[in-house]
Amino acid sequence: MNNTKNKAHVSIRWEECKGCGLCTLACPLDLLSLSKSFNSHGYHPSVYEGEGCTGCGSCFFSCPEPGAITVFKKWHLMTETGYCPNCDNDYKVYKRETHPDELFCSNCLESIKLSKVE
Amino acid sequence: MAKDILRKSEVFYDNFDRKPGLDKMTTTYCPGCGHGILHKLVAEALEDFGVQDRTMFVSPVGCSVFAYYYFDVGNIQAAHGRAPAVATALKRANPESIVIDYQGDGDLAAIGGAEILNAANRGEGITVFFVNNATYGMTGGQMAPTTLIGQQTMTTPKGRTVANEGYPIKMSEIISTLKAPVYVERVMLGDVKSIRKARKSVRKAIQIQIEQNGFSFIEVLASCPSNLKKTPIDSQNWVREVLQENYPLGVYKDISAKFVSPDKSKTPVNYKDLPKVLNIEETNIDKNRIAEFTNKQFHEQFKIAGFGGQGVLSLGIVLSEMGMRHDFQVSWIPSYGPEMRGGTANCSVQLSSKNIGSPVVDRPTVLVAMNRPSIDKFEDSVAENGYIFYDSSLIDIEPQRKDINIIAIPATKIADDLGTTKVANMVIVGAIIEKLGIMSKDVVLDSIGEVIKKQKLININKRAILKGVEFIQNLTK
Ligand SMILES: Cc1ncc(C[n+]2csc(CCOP(=O)(O)OP(=O)(O)O)c2C)c(N)n1
Ligand code: SF4
Repeated sequence: MNNTKNKAHVSIRWEECKGCGLCTLACPLDLLSLSKSFNSHGYHPSVYEGEGCTGCGSCFFSCPEPGAITVFKKWHLMTETGYCPNCDNDYKVYKRETHPDELFCSNCLESIKLSKVE
Repeated sequence: MAKDILRKSEVFYDNFDRKPGLDKMTTTYCPGCGHGILHKLVAEALEDFGVQDRTMFVSPVGCSVFAYYYFDVGNIQAAHGRAPAVATALKRANPESIVIDYQGDGDLAAIGGAEILNAANRGEGITVFFVNNATYGMTGGQMAPTTLIGQQTMTTPKGRTVANEGYPIKMSEIISTLKAPVYVERVMLGDVKSIRKARKSVRKAIQIQIEQNGFSFIEVLASCPSNLKKTPIDSQNWVREVLQENYPLGVYKDISAKFVSPDKSKTPVNYKDLPKVLNIEETNIDKNRIAEFTNKQFHEQFKIAGFGGQGVLSLGIVLSEMGMRHDFQVSWIPSYGPEMRGGTANCSVQLSSKNIGSPVVDRPTVLVAMNRPSIDKFEDSVAENGYIFYDSSLIDIEPQRKDINIIAIPATKIADDLGTTKVANMVIVGAIIEKLGIMSKDVVLDSIGEVIKKQKLININKRAILKGVEFIQNLTK
């Protein structure tokens, strides 16, 4: 996950994807596919192969769900990591202007309260 | 404008708390629906232009009726087809606001045909997003004015025919024949390339409103997989290959380079001249007599409820008329029960030392209940430390709330003793005035004759008001 050789990265929220598949069609490099398992709504969410994303944003713009897809275009420049209690693992973290006192986990996109970050 | 992270716009709520049910993260739209894609483009633009805090979003009737679940901006949901009229009012009342008029093809081109045409013709400074998915989505896929010839829908099972349903309506073409619109374009959400192009048009249309106060109209060919009965991918392909064929994309009108908005901020009639123009009498305000009541800061919200015929509406009118005589801000709106005669009626009244934003009363500070159903219906809504005045000669239960002031007054009995139960409402007026202490009794008694139409009833109404005042005075003795 934290492979710094990847220029860009896409995170897809498992529970927010309705499995419409438009992103799988949109990705010029075919890096997305629908999962064989389904989420709690019964949809087969889209998943990212984990490598090769160039950050073009095609999947983001073709996705109808506001929060299902996040594209990190400068993944290789994101160096800060932190322990995410939701994911129980270390992931790259990022900031949101509207929440200056929080860090967000690049994997689940949930807030990691600053106090919990080493 | 390069961004490092493409993410959920801050113009969307983090959680869609207004949406019922457990899932507060996803929209109500079907998988692959074009509404979601367009919502994202609009939200992104509003965020980038920094206008979130002054944006008003008008949602239509149709699948996007719940846009207010998602957009963290000002929201109003309009009656079917009337979004352009609502948007007009919002923009006129507050020219600084950015007004987004979002409509489907059933909403805009069928029932709302007149509204959009005239809003466009007046050149209102609003931005219209018109989702053309060639069907009525929400109601299950009936024919829309935009449905293609030959297209099968629930109401054209053998396909739309020219002979029976006429030709598809081409709104962008029609709107662009008008003089006032600044920018009219048809775009599609048919693949990534066309979505990126639509994104530019969405931004331009909003920018024209921000910078030039001009009317823009963006028709968006979009996919409704559920009613086309296709997979999301096939449905998107259909938009690109079939729908686009019939609705040519492109800019139909663009005069933004030389457009200068006429000044719409000047209302033709001066507010002060209104009474004269409308030929209504101005209320007499005796500054000396109301002096002791003018410096109080308050905002009382009344819900006045009872059977039709008990005079609950006129009780409200008397309170607001008397409020006017004290130079307060007032509002009064009636609400009739569907049961008609003998059914329940209520009205909402506000009296305030400040401007009143909306005449709607959801959490009354004072509930007047003249029958039992009114207690059942409204007791819970009364604000903490508020009041319930109820007619204890007709209501055989007691309100249960402990955090409010409850005043049982046998208004109908008192009125009957005066000679007619019809003045029970005025007994309550007297009680309210005495208890709340926001109005002068003398002013009320002296001017009640200006409000009661039948001259011979003025005296008994005055006596009823006095009885209500006395009742409260005796309670506190
Ligand atoms: C006055 C009135 N008439 C009819 C309806 C029923 N109705 C609800 S949505 C709708 C059609 C909406 O279609 P469209 O504008 O194409 O929006 P979509 O659902 O496709 O996004 C109709 C006719 C209504 N709610 N109100
Ligand atoms: S019915 Fe059609 S327009 Fe409505 S949410 Fe579903 S796909 Fe979208």
